[in-house]
Amino acid sequence: MKMTAKTYGELVSKVSPPSPKIKDFIGAFLIGGLICVSGQLLQDFYTALSLSDKAVRMAVPSTLVFLSALLTGLNLYQKIAKHAGAGTLVPITGFANAMVSPAIEFKNEGQVLGVGAKMFGIAGPVLVFGISASVIYGIILCLIRLF
Amino acid sequence: MAKRIGTRTILLEKPPKIIGYGSAVGHLEHEGPLGKEFDFYSNDCRFGEKSFEKAESRLQKTALEHAFRRAGVTPAEVDAVFAGDLLNQCIGSSFGLRELGIPFVGLYGACSTMTLALTMAALTIESGAAETTAAVTSSHFCSAERQYRFPLEYGCVRPQTAQHTVTGSGALILGSSDADKPKITAITVGEIKDFGVKDANNMGAAMAPGAADTLLHYFEDTGTAPDDYDVIYTGDLGAVGTELLYQLLDKDGVDLRCKHSDCGLIIYDRDRQDVHSGGSGCGCSASVLASFVLHRFESGDFHNILFLSTGALLSPTSTLQGESIPTVAHLIRICTD
Repeated sequence: MKMTAKTYGELVSKVSPPSPKIKDFIGAFLIGGLICVSGQLLQDFYTALSLSDKAVRMAVPSTLVFLSALLTGLNLYQKIAKHAGAGTLVPITGFANAMVSPAIEFKNEGQVLGVGAKMFGIAGPVLVFGISASVIYGIILCLIRLF
Repeated sequence: MAKRIGTRTILLEKPPKIIGYGSAVGHLEHEGPLGKEFDFYSNDCRFGEKSFEKAESRLQKTALEHAFRRAGVTPAEVDAVFAGDLLNQCIGSSFGLRELGIPFVGLYGACSTMTLALTMAALTIESGAAETTAAVTSSHFCSAERQYRFPLEYGCVRPQTAQHTVTGSGALILGSSDADKPKITAITVGEIKDFGVKDANNMGAAMAPGAADTLLHYFEDTGTAPDDYDVIYTGDLGAVGTELLYQLLDKDGVDLRCKHSDCGLIIYDRDRQDVHSGGSGCGCSASVLASFVLHRFESGDFHNILFLSTGALLSPTSTLQGESIPTVAHLIRICTD
């Protein structure tokens, strides 16, 4: 073969179609935005029910997580996600989807080592780095307050 | 005895005939352009089984049963079966064929496994070690996704270069027959080619150099050119890999465009079905060969073809460790008298 690996690498980038960025951006804006608006509507709804501020702050994410898990179970979440770019990934609904989808997928492997262990396969790193980041943030804040 | 010509092509002196073939696919493949060609399909992605892995085993067994029926042989008359799939430890094959009572050889060549299995099956007959052999491979979209990528229900967007693993299986029975059946007359076993592609979502790009290298060796060894054949099939390069194969071969002065077809591109309708760059998996080339292609031999449309299955030899571990993707392609020539 006359072509070298280096030339081939350049050819691959030329031939491979890129992701449709504009379409993804619009999808993410609309669907991601809609999820956030529904969060706001839920907050207004719970406030109207005269729940305390603290209770509202718990009730809104709980409802969103429940809805996301339900849609995942009904095999609808990934169909929406297909048109949403990262719009369904970033909000808390994406986190619920990342927990529930492996739980459904791996139930054949048993409750403990299937569902239990695999549930954190995708969401686990988010927890690790999310918690680590909040610890570092806390330490920095503590140090700043010392002076 | 088989004769080696050039650097790596093997000519078979008593070419085994393809005396039977069978295929089984899922609903997406059935809805595709080749839908009517397959022997069996089901709208149930579990094929009545409890897990996707068992479903894949069921596919393989079903394809093989149709091949037995067409060949008019019983499992007891088959001297060896060469089988493979994409699952860890090849469980699709071993669990699918465990009740058949045929001496079993499990193979792994990723998506190139079908022509690898046919190579072994043909050479075993040529050597006199067997009279009748079988080759069967399978892949299943759902079992492949959960092993290589994400759970099915996980909401992620697949890149445009990604391919859709074919849910399907194809089986061929090789043996001797007085009837005018297609036969395997030449084999080129490919070498591992790695051109540094690291993107597991662009398998076609990774595999094109493997296919180009095997084809070039075959043409050089046999002194033939693409125009000498009815069609030259590749297994699952998809749209991106096919374009890259053309451009790679252009450099060596070989124009494949008028003679080439890719199983991954013909099994689905990319405008209508959401499969991005096309089909992939070792059930892709197997199910297309064991249906559409061999039907064309029966109808007299084809007399002389080259068939290459192309394989990306990566694993989820090697991808996570940032390794590039080694690939391989094995070629067989199928022709009639």
